[in-house]
Amino acid sequence: MDYYKMSAAEAAGALQNKEVTSQELTASVLRRIGEVEEEIQGFITLLDENETLLEAEKIDKARASGESLSLLAGVPMALKDNLCTRGIPTTCASKILRKYRPPYDAHVVEKLKETGTVLVGKANLDEFAMGSSTENSAYYTTRNPWDTTRVPGGSSGGSAALVAAGEVFFALGSDTGGSVRQPASLCGVVGLKPTYGLVSRYGLIAFASSLDQIGPLTRDIRDCALVMDVIAGHDPRDSTSVPREKENYTDYLGRDVKGLKVALPRDYFEEGINAEVKKVVMEAVRKCSGLGMEIEEVSMPYTSCALPAYYLVATAEASSNLARYDGVQYGYRAAEAKNLLSLYKKTRNEGFGPEVKRRIMLGTYSLSSGYYDAYYLQSLKARTLIREDFQKVFENYDFIVTPTSPTVAFKAGEKTDDPLTMYLSDICTITANLAGVPAISIPCGFVDGMPVGLQVLGRPFDEGRIFQFCYALESLLGVRNQLPEVNVKRGG
Amino acid sequence: MSVSRKEVEYVASLARLDLLPEEKESITQQFNVILDYIQRLKELNLSGVEPTTHVQQLKNVFREDRSEEKGRELLPEVLEEAPDSARGLFKVPPVIEEES
Repeated sequence: MDYYKMSAAEAAGALQNKEVTSQELTASVLRRIGEVEEEIQGFITLLDENETLLEAEKIDKARASGESLSLLAGVPMALKDNLCTRGIPTTCASKILRKYRPPYDAHVVEKLKETGTVLVGKANLDEFAMGSSTENSAYYTTRNPWDTTRVPGGSSGGSAALVAAGEVFFALGSDTGGSVRQPASLCGVVGLKPTYGLVSRYGLIAFASSLDQIGPLTRDIRDCALVMDVIAGHDPRDSTSVPREKENYTDYLGRDVKGLKVALPRDYFEEGINAEVKKVVMEAVRKCSGLGMEIEEVSMPYTSCALPAYYLVATAEASSNLARYDGVQYGYRAAEAKNLLSLYKKTRNEGFGPEVKRRIMLGTYSLSSGYYDAYYLQSLKARTLIREDFQKVFENYDFIVTPTSPTVAFKAGEKTDDPLTMYLSDICTITANLAGVPAISIPCGFVDGMPVGLQVLGRPFDEGRIFQFCYALESLLGVRNQLPEVNVKRGG
Repeated sequence: MSVSRKEVEYVASLARLDLLPEEKESITQQFNVILDYIQRLKELNLSGVEPTTHVQQLKNVFREDRSEEKGRELLPEVLEEAPDSARGLFKVPPVIEEES
């Protein structure tokens, strides 16, 4: 049976009822990987199949012996390849970390291991999570399962494509400016960027530390809540991790949403938003009134300065975070450097790809003496205005709804020559990172056969009610856990 | 305002990047396009606005100032990942040498 088509919750339920074993689930996704992975290219590292099956067998044995197991125990999944996994290559899709095997697991990896989920492999991304299409991967571009001539989005494009193609039940990604939500939108899956501080980044290879968050990519809302139940929570090893009581997110599913208020910021429906995408999103929004929700237009006037502010903040932080790659302690080292300084310079120039260099350069420039006040400081002030935009709206509304991406998935190669056009793919998603608020993308329909995502933003730490709302909306829209027919080259 | 190739070369040296001539060329061009877009920020009235460095208003998070012994056992694994090491240390080319 094609178990891979189940959602993670359905698979977990079947495991608990002993209708299926973890080995059968794992064998099913491995078969699926065998059929479609050559076309999708979602993995950078696919673990040895026998070892993966052995992990599944361990869970099956524990279950058979009556051990009490977590709900997701035995469910196969993938991790974005910027999450450290002990002894397993963690490349960030960069040449500079080609064979790097971390000596420790990221916090979220520890959590998933404790839960007993089965790691299948590490997913492709744009190098160091910088990009919106996976085309900046030093290895290869992942293809969109809905149309393999198109990109899956990015930077967590591998994670999104693997979930959409049925190669894993869920995956983790990271989101600095939309890197979970935009690929989720383009691949027709659910993707959440949690509130800044909710999920520990210990072991997430840093890109822009004031913006980075780890989040799940899943087949539906219930799966997303289930994964958040595992990975959310305080961890002293990430000093930005907020100490607060742990919530049970699945408890929110099925609660009434009547009377909750939705804000529609007109600023997110203007600049560069494809008319068809807008139409599909608006149809979905109209259905919210059927749920007894109140919907009103609002204005968030500083939205248009979000992208420039983002590219200054993110690149400044990246230039600092990526200073550690110098060919000394780990990773790539250039050959034949005659002194330490030339070792640094050659290693970094040979090890980093063009987009990463561009961003390191822009960040270094905006932090350099003489430009700091003109650029970096201005961007931090603009960030305050963007946060205040959100605070004002959340005084009167529970949620903000926007499109996730201005367009459906674009063709591979379409935007690679023009960095600025590529940056504009993130226009709807970056504000959540700047403001630190939680935001989710859920599939809400199709344009020309390609999935469209709807974004819901909420108050800080209001993930529970975001799930409550999206769960109700998901059942109304009827587009949950839809898997595309991937064109299988060799006849399947 | 526009950025010259010379400035790009200076920034590259700060960033420890040994850019190739064609990279200097393309980065100079792209810099100007991106910086032109970023000029939008200049249109804002930002006087009196406090900068946001972090969205969580967490105070400094301290721990006891004591070295943590754990992790020492990982030293062999850590050094195995190093491009070059000797006697339990990272090995690098000469440090004290005049740059030509």
